Amino acid sequence: MSTTTTDLQNEIDAIEGSHISHNDHHHGPEKGLMRWVKTTNHKDIGTLYIWFAFTMLLIGGAMAMVIRAELFQPGLQLVEPQFFNQMTTLHGLIMVFGAIMPAFVGLANWQIPLMIGAKDMALPRMNNWSFWILPFAGAMLLSTMFMQGGGPAFGWTFYAPLSTTFAPASTDYFIFAIHMLGFSSIMGAINVIATIMNMRAPDMKLMDMPLFVWTWFITAFLLIAAMPVLAGAVTMMLTDRNFGTSFFDAAGGGDPVLFQHIFWFFGHPEVYIMILPAFGIVSQIIPTFARKPLFGYSSMVYATASIALLSFVVWGHHMFLAGMPIGGQLYFMYATILISVPTGVKVFNWVTTMWRGSMSFETPMLWAVAFVILFTIGGFSGLMLGIAPADIQYQDTYFVVAHFHYVLVTGALFSIIAAVFYWLPKWCGRMYNEKLAKIHFWWAIISVNVLFFPQHFLGLAGMPRRIPDYSLQFADFNMISSIGGFAFGASFILLTYIIVDCIRNGEPVKDARVWESAKGLEWTVPTPAPYHTFDKPPSKELILAESSHIHVEGVH
Amino acid sequence: MQSRLDYFVPEGSYWPILGSVGMAAMLGGFASSLHGNTAGTVSMILGFGIIIFMVFGWIGQVINESETGTYNLQVDKSFRIGMGWFIFSEVMFFAAFFGALFYARTLSVPWLGGDGNNLYTGEVLWPEFKSVWPLIQMPDSTNFTVPKGIIEAWHIPALNTLTLLTSGATLTYAHWSLMNKNRIGLIGGLIATIILGVIFLGLQVAEYMEAYQHLDLKLTSGIYGSTFFMLTGFHGLHVTLGTIMLIVILMRAIRGHFREDRHFGFEAVAWYWHFVDVVWLGLFIVVYWL
Repeated sequence: MSTTTTDLQNEIDAIEGSHISHNDHHHGPEKGLMRWVKTTNHKDIGTLYIWFAFTMLLIGGAMAMVIRAELFQPGLQLVEPQFFNQMTTLHGLIMVFGAIMPAFVGLANWQIPLMIGAKDMALPRMNNWSFWILPFAGAMLLSTMFMQGGGPAFGWTFYAPLSTTFAPASTDYFIFAIHMLGFSSIMGAINVIATIMNMRAPDMKLMDMPLFVWTWFITAFLLIAAMPVLAGAVTMMLTDRNFGTSFFDAAGGGDPVLFQHIFWFFGHPEVYIMILPAFGIVSQIIPTFARKPLFGYSSMVYATASIALLSFVVWGHHMFLAGMPIGGQLYFMYATILISVPTGVKVFNWVTTMWRGSMSFETPMLWAVAFVILFTIGGFSGLMLGIAPADIQYQDTYFVVAHFHYVLVTGALFSIIAAVFYWLPKWCGRMYNEKLAKIHFWWAIISVNVLFFPQHFLGLAGMPRRIPDYSLQFADFNMISSIGGFAFGASFILLTYIIVDCIRNGEPVKDARVWESAKGLEWTVPTPAPYHTFDKPPSKELILAESSHIHVEGVH
Repeated sequence: MQSRLDYFVPEGSYWPILGSVGMAAMLGGFASSLHGNTAGTVSMILGFGIIIFMVFGWIGQVINESETGTYNLQVDKSFRIGMGWFIFSEVMFFAAFFGALFYARTLSVPWLGGDGNNLYTGEVLWPEFKSVWPLIQMPDSTNFTVPKGIIEAWHIPALNTLTLLTSGATLTYAHWSLMNKNRIGLIGGLIATIILGVIFLGLQVAEYMEAYQHLDLKLTSGIYGSTFFMLTGFHGLHVTLGTIMLIVILMRAIRGHFREDRHFGFEAVAWYWHFVDVVWLGLFIVVYWL
């Protein structure tokens, strides 16, 4: 590369300078509440998404506290079984559709334009709509709890006929809430694809893109292919409930198992929708704090794409006991286990990136390392569940609960927390309290394992999920799990304080590059990130210099 | 080609929030009306009205921005990508219903009849049931309507196939005319396409009336009626939407909109129309014919 470091520094200075001198002819944010309602700015919309997700996380978390309180001791303690079922159902739905997915879309909104040198998302007005559907859909979903007959109580997977023949009247509101959430996700995904394909700096090739951008790019395709199928499933539910169709009724020639096939055709890609962006986040953070380029960049990209493709052909592993020909069981088992190959590639690459790096453990790195270890535990229990004959024992027990909480809480959620700590100083120009953040990390990491690890044992011993009472031999582990649960729940009070304290009173950060060895275009704009960035696309030299992976001359 | 600096980032807009309010009112009202609530019906209609207002207002603003030269080629490309992947998401929506049809036909109905290792399913549940397709005699028709017959593929449906395929050709003729600056051809082609679309819809209504009034083939006619009406019904809804969009495009063409090299609005609707066309071919083959 012929460009010298000084040239690049000059360009970075120019990018920073341009924001200062051009401020006058730019429209800054509007004043007042209407700014947030009308906004077309990717940073505003990202902020809205993240706060919405955080609110839903706290609501869904409160429901989890009800569940753990009821399970603290055997016997029926606090709530009616019907209400307990509503809690498990709504907890799952709110965490999946209200917390994890919107949080990732919020991160995408903030970061993708910054990371590819684009001035905004490709379709800004539609971007606003994608967000503003969510509060209405979330409210509709939550309102079901207060309706006659109670809210949905059939589990977050809403299997027919529990959700058709035997469901409360509020189920129809639930159906439309899902329609709206899906519509929002599809528009969000279309926007991500259009942004990455069309708004990328002209000199940024696909294989120059940071991994967070790559993983979101692939996730967006998963969303576009999977969410409409969910819309189809709830539409069939709606007509079965109200208009006399018999999709899921064997008396009319349909099949309740058909529901499970359609649901999991959506549901399995959905779990990767919730984890691929997490892979991207961790792939950004680890190189920064290991002070080494990401190991195996291109294999990361191919592994992500392979996981995404495989995710569409493995749905049957959720239904091994629903009634399936033996050939189907074998196929779904082998296809499922095949996914461990690209996932293994990823874990190997993260570990290898850290290998002999000059590691330091600021809070984002702690969360990222915790992700790698704990997500891998969740991955391993997933392998166990993927083995069809073994699944006969695990199916519908707390082992499954432990498994998917390891991948979704210590996986997806931890990556989101890591991302917020990593990028928050760039967003608001202030540094969080490192000491408190570390205390919070250790508090959360210990309590979350106290919460979920014993659930493996409970499940292996045969404790069924979604039941408010249990037999006496499960008492000890349930009490331990509940204590961990309350502690983990309380840790979010501290997290809320740390975040709010950072935004309001944090130490101001002046450096554009908040973390001294961070690479990426987002670190070339001033801190805090101005309302409008990258009016001029960055140069090829800058793009390559800011790449967090190694470029082979002539290959990139 | 214009510079990337000109990429249009719109000012704040009220259309999206209006759309959200309309959507919540319409769907919430619909759910409420399903449980016999009149206020729900009112809310549904009101919400639908808000959405119509929002769609016309929003798209009207986009057309206005487009005609005043606000969009450069890069914006144009974003629209193309957006429309393309939106159509793909529609394909996946239809795929769910096609999947239900294939599953019922090749798996669940034969299994109910005792196929595979399901000998006892048939024996224990409904020993009288015979697995045939089209499924006229359901395992237990207490809650369902037993049809007297089904729609013949080579009557109205074949005519409809011809109608839609022809409309694809007339639309392509309109597109060629547009590109060759033949405005008369453009408008004529569009009018022909719209007429064919309306004929299709009329025939579809006639077919539904035949099914409901003479054949007793209804939405409630077991899995056959369910898949038949949901697939053709959603398709018909898409044709209706497509026809309305074509009418808007026709109005714009009459007003002199669209340049021979820049006419994304036209193309987007044309893509949509062809997509609806292709779905129909799938329907004709697997729902009516085979």
